[in-house]
Amino acid sequence: MRFDTSPAPHVIAGYTVPRVMFQVLFALLPAGIAHVVLFGPGLLLQLSVASVTALLAEAAALRWRGRDAAPALRDGSVLVTASLLAFSIPPLLPWWLGALGTALAVLLGKHVFGGLGQNPFNPAMVGYAILLVSFPAEMTRWPVPMDVGGTHTWPELARMSFAGFYGADLTERWDGYTGATALDSIRNGLGMRYTLPELLGRGDIAGAFGVRGFAWINLAALAGGLYLMTRRIVRWHIPLAVLGGLLVPSFIAHGLDSGIALGPTLQAFSGATMLTAFFIATDPVSAATSDRGRLWYGAGIGLIAWIIRTWGGYPDGFAFAVLLMNLAVPFIDRYTVPRIYGRQP
Amino acid sequence: MAARSTFPAGLVLDAHKQQACGTPIVDLPLPRQVALALDQGSGYGAEPVVAVGAAVAMGTLVARTDYPFASALHSPLAGTVVAIETRAAAVEGGRSVCIVIESNGSDRIDDSIRPVADPDSLSPEQLTQRLRDAGIAGLGGAGFPTATKLASARDRGAQTLLLNGAECEPWICCDDALMRSAADDVVRGALILRRAAGAVRCVIAIEDDKPAAIAAMTGAIERQRDAALKVVVVPAVYPQGAERQLITTVTGVEVPADGLPADAGVICQNVATAAAVARWATRGEPILSRVVTVTGSGVAHPCNIRAPIGTALATLVAAAGGYRGTPLRLIAGGNMTGRALASDEAGLTKAMNCVLVATRDDIGSRLGAVELPCIRCGDCSNVCPAGLLPQQLYRAALADAHDALRQLGVRDCIDCGLCDYVCPSQIPLTDRFRDARRRLNAAEATAQKAADARERHELRTRRLQETATAEQQAFESVRNRARQPGDDAAGGKS
Repeated sequence: MRFDTSPAPHVIAGYTVPRVMFQVLFALLPAGIAHVVLFGPGLLLQLSVASVTALLAEAAALRWRGRDAAPALRDGSVLVTASLLAFSIPPLLPWWLGALGTALAVLLGKHVFGGLGQNPFNPAMVGYAILLVSFPAEMTRWPVPMDVGGTHTWPELARMSFAGFYGADLTERWDGYTGATALDSIRNGLGMRYTLPELLGRGDIAGAFGVRGFAWINLAALAGGLYLMTRRIVRWHIPLAVLGGLLVPSFIAHGLDSGIALGPTLQAFSGATMLTAFFIATDPVSAATSDRGRLWYGAGIGLIAWIIRTWGGYPDGFAFAVLLMNLAVPFIDRYTVPRIYGRQP
Repeated sequence: MAARSTFPAGLVLDAHKQQACGTPIVDLPLPRQVALALDQGSGYGAEPVVAVGAAVAMGTLVARTDYPFASALHSPLAGTVVAIETRAAAVEGGRSVCIVIESNGSDRIDDSIRPVADPDSLSPEQLTQRLRDAGIAGLGGAGFPTATKLASARDRGAQTLLLNGAECEPWICCDDALMRSAADDVVRGALILRRAAGAVRCVIAIEDDKPAAIAAMTGAIERQRDAALKVVVVPAVYPQGAERQLITTVTGVEVPADGLPADAGVICQNVATAAAVARWATRGEPILSRVVTVTGSGVAHPCNIRAPIGTALATLVAAAGGYRGTPLRLIAGGNMTGRALASDEAGLTKAMNCVLVATRDDIGSRLGAVELPCIRCGDCSNVCPAGLLPQQLYRAALADAHDALRQLGVRDCIDCGLCDYVCPSQIPLTDRFRDARRRLNAAEATAQKAADARERHELRTRRLQETATAEQQAFESVRNRARQPGDDAAGGKS
């Protein structure tokens, strides 16, 4: 009897890239719910425009490159990029800016380098950074979160989200509904020589724990991230190192001067901390690849974000921190090759 | 005694062992014909010492060798050599020169086969030579000549004989069956091997998913009352049975990458090899047969069979109830490292521990694999038992970057297949690395040839130059002498 031959091994576990990507999307669900409850349905609008744009850009890029688009559209990676960008941008952003950012993320962040697996930078952060430096006003205008209290209602927030999405002028009707993020307000306050306790005592910035609005989103992202860790999609090295890189210096600085330095709890539960630690920095394509390398990579992101938050020109610093550390990945990878069995280090 | 795995990573795989392991070992009736491949799995062949037409008995030497990596072959049948020709064989490339012997129905044993009177009276060197003559080779899957390992263990002063009964690869259970049914033989052979290797200790390592084998071996050892003989239970983590990985689990010492197990003070032999040594000692029998697992969803009654070396795999499958369903692959070995064969006419070799007849149920995951780009997730490096970064090696292999391949340890890959197994992009990494290694070897050989040629050319040029310079100097000295007005002129005058 004759048989076909093929090289060993003859069996595989059957894990797939789409499984990885859709697990990531699933794990974003808690943070998404918190986002919608606190900031209105803007996230859903941004998600839809980003997803459609991302799929179109991916298909177009693959067509231009003469590749088959179908498997790439099914692998889910571009939807992860779109979702991470949608989570990062303000929910009030006009739709064309969301579309522009997503298209740039997919085309400039991913396909100019050769598509899936080839991009040195995190595509979502490429898109976000371009938007942030090009449209600073739009990119820093957030709805006042629901947990601030006061007069605003969720249906009104929803109407404003749609208006913002279509690009209407929000200042007239919804002036009291928009503002800077908590981190931004703290930054500005400290710049005007307020002390941290004064700012946190104001009520519109600090909540039960962490800051208003973002604390809950961070908590939900933490829950989703822990889920990814239990499913072994994400390993502990990068999240722990990101948090360590951010929280250790903030613990020390807060100990030295609690009047102006944000403590570790505030740092952990504000801005994009948990989203970055578990979802953005952990993008394996643009991260360092060995366990030891990932510790350095994550710690670098946390530390740079802390430096930007403390002294930089932007309220949150994670997008730039991630991009800067992406740049350092080949260097880190070069010097963190683990010892091979039977060889001297 | 139980040990923890200390080599990097590894993975628990679906064992698929219960299929073949439920029934006792089947003794195959002598087949009508055997085809003995000159290469029995070590990659190196012996030389035939019989001609077509020669009459042979059971145990007659039919191929000998002085080469340390090949092993002698003996006829498992009484009959006639009917052909010496290239045939389908279970070796690299799928074909090998085979000595084909046809049975005459008798069971006449060669006169040279006599029980070894007193193996304990032989010196380690004599023992080693006798084992080499008996064609004893690693029955665990490598087919490496036992005598060669023994000699190098003595030279390097290895103190521990490690008997490998881990049997980590899915589907395979012939060693398990052998340990359960012939534990005393395994121990007897182990004691002989220990003496031949000049070792003082013997450790028998068995994975913890084989409680019956552990009990049988422990019982056999207790009957020996030898304090330097013990069973170590190791975790059933693939690839626990890989030589270097097992040594590290049992001793905690790593074998140097460019060295031999003996450099870590250990000589490793398979339990089946030890049982074969015991057969040699009690009956004087060279390796004429082995126990092989015949299993897979493609055979009717999976079982372990003791069969003569050279038995056609088709005969083995028939003995296991024949093919069932739609067999897609015939694999010599297990599903992780086994070699897929093109024909079931190939003969059983000393190195073949398993015949896996795989249907879609067994290998569908690989057949249906859709390869996507690597996303550097690192799942592969998390399981690599050699501590490599397959994701980085893969990039280096794609770029054919030789320095990177060397530095990242493409030659330290043990071909276990785990990186393939876990890869979510379903990239056939192991095969890419084998290919990269071949290209690297070829490039290095070419570079070496070029360097040799350059050196030859440079030396030749220098020699030519030296000759030319010498001639020039000789000419000049003669000419100068001729021009000197001294002797010649004076001579002319005189």
